[in-house]
Amino acid sequence: MGNAPESGDEDDPDAETDGGLRAYTVRLELVDEPGELLRALAPIADNGGNLLSIHHERGNITPRGHIPVEVDLECPPDRFDDVVEGLRDAGVNIIQAGAEHYGEAISVVLVGNLVETDLSNTLSRIEDEADAVVQDLSLAAPEGTNGISSARARLAIDSGRSGDVLAAIRSIGTDKDLTVVEPLLGGEA
Amino acid sequence: MRLAILGAGDVGRSVADLAGEYDHEVVALADSTSAAVDPDGIAVDDVLERKASDEALGTGSPDDVFDTDYDALVEATPTTLGDAEPGFTHVQRALEADRHVVLANKGPVAERYEELRALKADSAGSIRLEATVGGAIPVLSTIEDCTPQAVTAVRGVLNGTANFILTRMAAEGLDYDHVLGEAQDLGVAEADPTFDVDGTDAALKFVILANVLADGGFSLADATVEGIQSIPGSALDLAAEDGRTIRLIGEATRDGVRVGPRLVPESGALAVTGTRNIVQIETRHAGSLHSSGRGAGGPETATAVLSDVGRLPPL
Repeated sequence: MGNAPESGDEDDPDAETDGGLRAYTVRLELVDEPGELLRALAPIADNGGNLLSIHHERGNITPRGHIPVEVDLECPPDRFDDVVEGLRDAGVNIIQAGAEHYGEAISVVLVGNLVETDLSNTLSRIEDEADAVVQDLSLAAPEGTNGISSARARLAIDSGRSGDVLAAIRSIGTDKDLTVVEPLLGGEA
Repeated sequence: MRLAILGAGDVGRSVADLAGEYDHEVVALADSTSAAVDPDGIAVDDVLERKASDEALGTGSPDDVFDTDYDALVEATPTTLGDAEPGFTHVQRALEADRHVVLANKGPVAERYEELRALKADSAGSIRLEATVGGAIPVLSTIEDCTPQAVTAVRGVLNGTANFILTRMAAEGLDYDHVLGEAQDLGVAEADPTFDVDGTDAALKFVILANVLADGGFSLADATVEGIQSIPGSALDLAAEDGRTIRLIGEATRDGVRVGPRLVPESGALAVTGTRNIVQIETRHAGSLHSSGRGAGGPETATAVLSDVGRLPPL
């Protein structure tokens, strides 16, 4: 997904788009009708948000008979309220929105002999010791499974715990001789 | 001001070359073996020409510099770690003689900050160090303007070589070794690029920043440093899938110094490309300030030295 946050940037003189981006998770519920998903996503890009991933749980139905959709997006922190407002204005039903209510999502990249050092054990240790939920994993092993490979994991964590979570992942990395590329937190990266 | 310049590398030579434009006079220029000294001002062009053809700078010895009547010593000898010699002794001799010191050499301020502070306290001269961090980018003077107490953290990219390598790896999908070779061919990386790619060079700068924020207490040994040598192209590819990239990022706070490869938003302010540097100064009351520009190079760093000279009080 690469919706550049172009529209809206120029219109809003108060927008601080050079100040960095932050990841947010928004949980929506949609009516099961054609075009609903597209209609729900438009206000995100329109308000300067960049879509990262969409989990469209078509098999699940909320108690009200709607379909839950989880959207990960990033945007400058001061634009997030506009994104949420844009969704509400478009009549989209928001169940939960933002880091404050739904925890944070962070990404880490691991580098090393990931397969030899038992990637699935690495991930379970991250879930147990760092108290994080692995939401998404991408693996790149251009040298084959015996060589150096890289993995990117998106983790859902509780708000305000990123420091602890990353410290735990660092120590797992040290144990297994893996390089951990952490996200830069703090400031307006 | 009458300048005595120690070190005739890119920075020392550029300071000598540009001093006239800033209305300063060069009374001495020395490298490790010889010196040109003239109380009425050396003939900079002639001396630089001799340097270019590998001749002695002048008839004096490097030690003669200290016997000259100068106002400010420009310390631009190569950065050394540990005892930071001979730079430290140069600074000491100038301060003990109640002269000003302007540093381009990172060693003394990164490794022996408290000792310098003590020397300065007993001297009529003062120390300035803008050129030790971020080349042409006004980093320390910005912190000085904000006052160090109002700055909570400084983050950013302060090594152009590592940034160039990561940028090329991400853009071309090439591996570290390939891009390093290319950087060496282009003159962006030195024949021995160790300190650039293992994070040492960036760490020295962030140690200096931490010393400025906390008024001392840090040396290179206190920094947590990781380099970029173990980052494969595939890690950058994965980061890009997520709208991110990897940069060698340093962080300095009053609690410590950390340098290592970090994930940053691809379109974020810190993801500068090529050899460009950037610093983000996080302030208590005014959010973050970003300055980016050329973090190295002779004339670039010389502008920082000469701006510092302009900030010195009369002796």
